[in-house]
Amino acid sequence: MAVKVKIPTQLRAATEGEASASVDGATVGEVLDALYERFGELRNRIAEDGGLRRFVNVYVDGEDIRFLDGLDTAVKDGDEVTILPAVAGG
Amino acid sequence: MPPESLRCKECQTVYPLDARYVCEQCFGPLEVAYAAPDDIDPAELRRRIQAGPHSLWRYGDFLPVNALPQGHLPAGWTPLLRADRLAERLGLKEVWIKNDAANPTHSFKDRVVSIALARARELGFETIACASTGNLANAVAAHAAAAGLESYVFIPSNLEEQKVLATGIYGTNVVGVRGNYDDVNRLCTEISGEHEWAFVNINMRPYYAEGSKTLAYETAEQLGWELPDRVVAPIASGSLFTKIARGFQEWIDLGLLDGTLPTFNGAQAAGCSPVASAFADGKDFCRPVKPDTIAKSLAIGNPADGPYALDLARRSSGTIESVTDDEIREGIRLLAQTTGIFTETAGGVTTAVLAKLAQRGDIDPDERVVAYITGEGLKTLDAVRGTFEAWEIDPSIEAFEAANERVSALA
Repeated sequence: MAVKVKIPTQLRAATEGEASASVDGATVGEVLDALYERFGELRNRIAEDGGLRRFVNVYVDGEDIRFLDGLDTAVKDGDEVTILPAVAGG
Repeated sequence: MPPESLRCKECQTVYPLDARYVCEQCFGPLEVAYAAPDDIDPAELRRRIQAGPHSLWRYGDFLPVNALPQGHLPAGWTPLLRADRLAERLGLKEVWIKNDAANPTHSFKDRVVSIALARARELGFETIACASTGNLANAVAAHAAAAGLESYVFIPSNLEEQKVLATGIYGTNVVGVRGNYDDVNRLCTEISGEHEWAFVNINMRPYYAEGSKTLAYETAEQLGWELPDRVVAPIASGSLFTKIARGFQEWIDLGLLDGTLPTFNGAQAAGCSPVASAFADGKDFCRPVKPDTIAKSLAIGNPADGPYALDLARRSSGTIESVTDDEIREGIRLLAQTTGIFTETAGGVTTAVLAKLAQRGDIDPDERVVAYITGEGLKTLDAVRGTFEAWEIDPSIEAFEAANERVSALA
């Protein structure tokens, strides 16, 4: 299942400048694992103890995965996964 | 205390003082770090501050800009009022209201925008922008107009009409987004990566947030260079709450103030209380919520500084409380009827939490308490609609006396 992952500017040094990547996976967790496979440096920057670092937000089609099933949230062909810093706003 | 660098609050990685807000190593928030001052003479420093302008720029030595900005809208230096009637009603002795509605666009956001905009100009930006629940939109539009900069303000499309009108008049680009504030914020975080704009609360956030320290500096100076025992302040993202503490702590560390950090009580609306819930549950992080409250200026379901607000409340022996929409309306009324200050819903939240703490016996009657009123009642008129009745009479003295008798009989 091909899912488009949007990479924030702060992480593009770890993705050879790519602003997005198309990877396979049936859940958000699998999609992120596939992304770490391709860009090894990403894992340390956003993942921690098998989960996400606390200042990382991930969205599926604009919805925060914490309102869905977290890393177990199912994704389907054509979904868009967005990684963003959590420290904005207010 | 010249600004020295941006530093990650989590992993301490250091970055130059440019337009960035996120640590590339761990995604933690960046904060301005200052060079350690040389020999400080507190008396001399106090005199220097007192000789400064009647705006927040009297604290320029503690702010992350190189020089005082030219051609700006002065913010800050708002009244600190002793509220004896409110104190008496609550069974307390010394309550002060820091009335930050007395700013150019009637909220504390004039402070944070002043700093972000001044730094944005130093960095050469020509367009400023923000994600806003309303008050920030007012401030960005006004300060951009005063400085002659282009601006874009992004707001939830269902915002109070007063806040939209009071923003558009400044000639800004008002973008209503179909969604709540957290949707607006997510969108703006994406846009900020693609446009060379200074988003005051995104890529300029480390500078912007420093503006809230001036609330602490002013309070201390207005109290005669003394600390309060307790602070009650609203929490949306948690930035204002934590930066008031940082302001007091900096001055304690410099020897400008004697004593220890006050107790910090945070105030949230029950319809959007991710930080109060995490506090009650003993958690050190916040689970996001979908806001549903009349306190729209505090309706951030995904608070960026939530973990730091929780830490501050706990280490200062404080709490984070929430109050219902009815309690918020009652808080607005209580403040108005005991101090003459008409605040918006956020101030109703703060006042209601102050009342709740007092009623619960959490506040020692001898404490000196400062409550931060961050916005103006005229911007959220719907919150008080239908809470009283006006008399309507014919223009005759008989009609007035008859009505007066009727109303007195009911009282």
